[in-house]
Amino acid sequence: MRLRRIIPGHLLTIVSALFMAVALVFTFLIAPREAVMGDVQRIFYFHVAAAWTGYLALVVAFLASVLCLTRGPGRWDGLALSSVEIGLVFVTEGIVSGSIWAKAAWGVWWTWDPRLTTSAVLWLIYASYLTLRKAVQEESRRARIAAVYAVMGFAAVPINFMAIRWWRTVHPVVLESSGLHLGPTMLATLVLSVVAFTLLYFTLLRLRLRLQDAGDRIESLMRCPGGVS
Amino acid sequence: MQSLRGLWAIVRKDLALERRSQEAVSSMFIFGLLVILVFSFSLDLRAESAVQAAPGVLWVAFTFAGMLGLSRSFIRERDQGCLDGLLLCPVDRSVIYFGKLVSNLVFMFVCEAIILPLFVALFNLPFRPALLAVVVLGTLGFAAVGTLFSALTVHTRAREVMLPVLLFPVVMPVIIAAVRLTAGLLDGSPWAEIMQWMRLLVGFDVIFLALCYMCFEYVVEE
Repeated sequence: MRLRRIIPGHLLTIVSALFMAVALVFTFLIAPREAVMGDVQRIFYFHVAAAWTGYLALVVAFLASVLCLTRGPGRWDGLALSSVEIGLVFVTEGIVSGSIWAKAAWGVWWTWDPRLTTSAVLWLIYASYLTLRKAVQEESRRARIAAVYAVMGFAAVPINFMAIRWWRTVHPVVLESSGLHLGPTMLATLVLSVVAFTLLYFTLLRLRLRLQDAGDRIESLMRCPGGVS
Repeated sequence: MQSLRGLWAIVRKDLALERRSQEAVSSMFIFGLLVILVFSFSLDLRAESAVQAAPGVLWVAFTFAGMLGLSRSFIRERDQGCLDGLLLCPVDRSVIYFGKLVSNLVFMFVCEAIILPLFVALFNLPFRPALLAVVVLGTLGFAAVGTLFSALTVHTRAREVMLPVLLFPVVMPVIIAAVRLTAGLLDGSPWAEIMQWMRLLVGFDVIFLALCYMCFEYVVEE
């Protein structure tokens, strides 16, 4: 993934910061105050953006894992690991912000609603991915084993969602995420937030990949000091 | 034909080993039984609530016992150097996967065959023949993913802990569907109501058998 070469690094960081600043301004100042919930509703802009970016990261991790298995580890393994790490942060943010919003809007921190339960399972799967990587001792195997688990984990998520949706509709679902009717300003704010978060993801990904590269180079130097392997 | 003979050879090896030592089946069975007893004691012993929780208890017992058998399945191979021997066999890697899957299934079925009647008796439940189909399909899904993950975790540190940690989130749909089906069957619900769970179970089994079969060779290769 020659992301570094596609977009000059600093440009990405600057653009990302700009978008985030604009999104913040829109979220707190320009977006109208929601009628029913008040200012707490502003969490929504970050919550949706974080969740969306989390899923994006995991899709990237899945694709990188498939490529890792079919084309050989190489850079794909680094990309998968980086994307899972960053994705986990965004999914955590999504869950936490959702929980805060739930407390404010519904009065409970958590509910076993299909979406939330799937998110919890998703979080567990990807946290386990990181634990698995730490636990594999042989370096040669680590990439492949992690890639297989990422593929299986990703396949499990949509099936999980279906299972839980059926499970929870047997009993009446008291709390449901209502369809939000967004006015144009709110929609614009949402879109800005999502774009800002996505750019943030790519910025972090680029930095993480650079870190990965540096780590790999150090390791190869340690293996054969005084020359390139 | 070569593949089938290879598969059968692996199954026969595991069964022969088991017949001599009886480690796997006895420990799985006792553990499963213990789980059921512990749950019976820790949940309220009044009839109604016990019966409500019964399907969940049954499947917790099956999965925990199954976990024991699955983790041992590849660990034993690796520790004795058998895994290298298996990889040297002139058969497709998937044969190893299916061979291991079949022997894991046999062990789990043997345990379940003893635990299920005990469970029905302890909780005073009506027995439905359709329950057997649910148990078979649920075990199949669980073992399909479990066999792959067992091979996956054999190269890790703390492998006994890694397998449950990795396996449970992924097989959750199987457990949900199996519990719902068991509950529905024991309650005498009409088929139409629980049909969707059967579809989920079969769908999961098909999808994940195919997926695990494809991924297995990446896991065991050097």
